[in-house]
Amino acid sequence: MERDRDFAAVALPHLDAAYNLARWLAGSGAEAEDIVQEALVRALTYFPGYRGGNARAWLLRIVRNAAYAALNARRATKAEPLWDGDEGVPEPADPGDDPETALIRRRTALRIDGLVEQLPAELKEALVLRELEELSYREIAEVTGAPVGTVMSRLWRARRLLAKAGAGER
Amino acid sequence: MSQSCDRALLLQAEFDGELDAAQSADLAQHRETCAVCRANWATLEASRKAVRGVDYHAAPDALRARLAARLGPAPRTAARRRWWREPLSFAVGAALAAMLLLVVRPQGNDALLSALVDDHVRSLQPGHLYDVASSDKHTVKPWFDGKLDFAPPVKDLSAEGYPLVGGRLDYLGGRAVAALAYEHGKHPINLFVWPVNSDVPAPAASVREGYNILHWDDGGMSLWAVSDMEKDELEEFRSDWLKTP
Repeated sequence: MERDRDFAAVALPHLDAAYNLARWLAGSGAEAEDIVQEALVRALTYFPGYRGGNARAWLLRIVRNAAYAALNARRATKAEPLWDGDEGVPEPADPGDDPETALIRRRTALRIDGLVEQLPAELKEALVLRELEELSYREIAEVTGAPVGTVMSRLWRARRLLAKAGAGER
Repeated sequence: MSQSCDRALLLQAEFDGELDAAQSADLAQHRETCAVCRANWATLEASRKAVRGVDYHAAPDALRARLAARLGPAPRTAARRRWWREPLSFAVGAALAAMLLLVVRPQGNDALLSALVDDHVRSLQPGHLYDVASSDKHTVKPWFDGKLDFAPPVKDLSAEGYPLVGGRLDYLGGRAVAALAYEHGKHPINLFVWPVNSDVPAPAASVREGYNILHWDDGGMSLWAVSDMEKDELEEFRSDWLKTP
């Protein structure tokens, strides 16, 4: 179909960017694939309304919304209690470690990937879009639907958290 | 990093290549003497180095194949990943980026509207709303003399509820323009002024990233008001501006 081919020419060059964003937001490859497929189906239906302009930002915005929808659905179906029973300590402390050493050890074990992974979603997406996709502030604003000023402060918070955690690692 | 500097976000904008030459020259002066900015710059560099070491998750081939099969022949993906890791491809990338900039520069109005909003947002950074602080049009107007090749109309609208806070020199669309900063309650309004020069029809009202932009021509000048105020409030500002001599 003509329209499908036009759409492929607009969307598929940005497939890596789409998958990368979905993967960072979802945290797993399988889920990221589902999100990207779902996003492309949506994008295809929106495509008649696409009037040129920044294709990458256009597609990433749809991917982002699909990712958030998937994450919300997951949270709704998998709302489990943190531990069974009404009372008690959820996790016995490791007898060999005082809390501080345990914390340092755990922190050291986390690689930067883990640090980024654990950032709040709105900080993580700003950071991934800026540093891995090299989007401008304006493009990030377009993708995330936040004003440029908000994008700037989210980036700054993300970077400070990362630098702080990174410093603690060494 | 317990101290702070109110230019942290501006410094970050410089780090991300978002400032124009004038803004970054202005910032450079401040950075020479600010220890907080030095520490913040180190933070920015450390975080970038760390983040660029993380995994870039490229789309799996199977996914690409599946989608391509559904949609028809797929163009190869844009090769833009991780070029910063290789010095040679960095140069190639930079050259390519420069070429692309020439080719895919967005359409006139679109770029202009975005530039207006960006400029407005930057002006909201502490200390960036004006170069000359004055509510007196007889101070602001002469300040532009010799800085611009035209004399922007500066009007006193304080009686209408829009006190003038100052004036600023900005660069938009490759030319120096006047920016007049007004206030309405807590809302800053930037009024950008330059001589009418374009044969491109400009939209009278638009919205960008939540900011309202109003455009009108008057006395050979092209005027653009940008604010977070509602559109009808901004239209009142325009009609008051037009009524005031």
